[in-house]
Amino acid sequence: MTNAILTGLMLGGMYALIAMGLTLQYGVARIMNLSYGEFLIAAAFASHWLFTGWAISPFVGLALVVPLAFVLNFAIYKLLLTPLVRRAPNRDALEVDSILATFGLTFVIQGSMLALFGGAYYSYSFLAFPVQFLGETVAANRLAALGITILLGLALYAALTRTRAGTAVRAVAVDPFAAQLVAINVPQASALTFALGGALVAAAGVLVSTFLTFSASSGVVFTMKALIVVVMGGVGNMLGCLVAGLALGLSEALVASYVDPGLTLAVNFALFLAVLLVKPAGLFGRATR
Amino acid sequence: MSTRIAGFGATALAALALLALVPRLGNAYYLALAISLLQYTVLATAWGMFSGPTRYVSLATTAFFGVGAYTVAVLGEILPWPLVLLTAAALGAIVAGIVGLSTLRLSGVYFVIFTFGLTELIRQLVVWFEVNKSRVLGRYVFVNITQADIYWQLLALTAAVFLLGWLIARSRLGFALRVIGEDETVAKHCGINTTFAKVALFTISATVMTLVGAIMAPRWTYIEPSIAFNSMISFQVLIMALLGGAHRLWGPVLGAVPLTLLFELLSARFPNTFTIILGCIFLLIVYMLPRGVAGLFEKLSTTAGGKPTQRVAA
Repeated sequence: MTNAILTGLMLGGMYALIAMGLTLQYGVARIMNLSYGEFLIAAAFASHWLFTGWAISPFVGLALVVPLAFVLNFAIYKLLLTPLVRRAPNRDALEVDSILATFGLTFVIQGSMLALFGGAYYSYSFLAFPVQFLGETVAANRLAALGITILLGLALYAALTRTRAGTAVRAVAVDPFAAQLVAINVPQASALTFALGGALVAAAGVLVSTFLTFSASSGVVFTMKALIVVVMGGVGNMLGCLVAGLALGLSEALVASYVDPGLTLAVNFALFLAVLLVKPAGLFGRATR
Repeated sequence: MSTRIAGFGATALAALALLALVPRLGNAYYLALAISLLQYTVLATAWGMFSGPTRYVSLATTAFFGVGAYTVAVLGEILPWPLVLLTAAALGAIVAGIVGLSTLRLSGVYFVIFTFGLTELIRQLVVWFEVNKSRVLGRYVFVNITQADIYWQLLALTAAVFLLGWLIARSRLGFALRVIGEDETVAKHCGINTTFAKVALFTISATVMTLVGAIMAPRWTYIEPSIAFNSMISFQVLIMALLGGAHRLWGPVLGAVPLTLLFELLSARFPNTFTIILGCIFLLIVYMLPRGVAGLFEKLSTTAGGKPTQRVAA
């Protein structure tokens, strides 16, 4: 039982980390990014390449991959998504357009990775030794990843609540029009937040690659989990992200160990629907309409 | 007006009769191509029937297509063919009803997310059932259906879909859906039961997709979940409907025909980079032709001095 709960919490921590970037991208920049998981897998491949080709530890790899992802996502927002933001008459239209554009992007990125790496599964062995934790044996790489996840989450929370830029970002999330009235450069804040979300998902990709096997086509699963967590927790809400991620991880681990590992996705969706039927705006979301 | 409709009906019937003769050409390659064309025409039109007026992007075409194909794989040898098709249609309608009732009451984004995962969810459930309960993974389809039979069934379904779409567009339901597409809050205030309208049309559209899957299943002799639930179909259908313009009943055909031919060519020439090319084509359409070919025609006809279209640009 403790083992299942511990596994669930670790899994949930990972989901929360994965979803943090998306909640920024969707909650603030209003971009429903369906190619999100592909960015995660791309970062995982980058980390794999750095580790096996150049013997660079994933923790050092983080310092290389994350800034690169930030710049890349900033460019994507400026080049690909800004025209859509300009064209959209209202928020719903932007949502539909961004869903379509990023859905197309999914296939471009996935196709490129398939062409580069083939359809095989990849993994590498990093910190793969057992350690004792709360009386249970767990893999060191998972524990390390969980530790970094918590640090990243705390840093992000502090940045959003304690700094001027973070306050501006939250203002844009609440109301992009009113934010302009208090001299916030909304397009700039949106672009930077989108890039920050991209950087976070790259960090998640590097961490995930240390303990999970992945292939060029496994991005969709991560996109789905991230979307479920974001919507379930309430769009743009960090705390909701954490709670929903942990709930998802726990339910998955419990079902996998006590019912059947083949039914995890069904449990995800059941939980997702159950939450939405009771609270349509998500666990911590505010009703907007 | 009624003479125009009669004339149009006569032309459609003549075209149908001509198309029905394609298997008589005796060329297997052309027949196979014609089947692909019809398959994507029906799928894209069915997609547009729901997503066009409501503007809810459904990414679950494959889920319903797969349910149909898999029903045939399981029941194909047990029941007579018409009953198999009926069962498939009923199953598709039930799944669509459940999905629609649980997500369409909420905002459109939840629907998109759910349909995004629906294919994967149903595939996982099917695999789980096959591994744990029936203990077979992968089934052989031995039914007495020739390629020409598949073609004729698809042609009949195409005709039925267009007739249905035309009837719905002229009914109260079609009008309600157009109001919902323009503004859902207004629709609610006009006393339209928005949930019922959306779920009803989603179910109709999904049932058609399921039937396509069931009709196409005998083309493969061996079916396993990864073949039946191939997410590429959702994507291709979405591209086709968008290129053609989903806000018109005849729009998706304009996208389905050229793109099926293009994909046929591309997948043979560039099998490795096919996905990348597909993604690029899709992005081009989203950026350059937001209202599809049908929208382009409308724009041309208005600028050429005709009467302005009554719809406001989206």
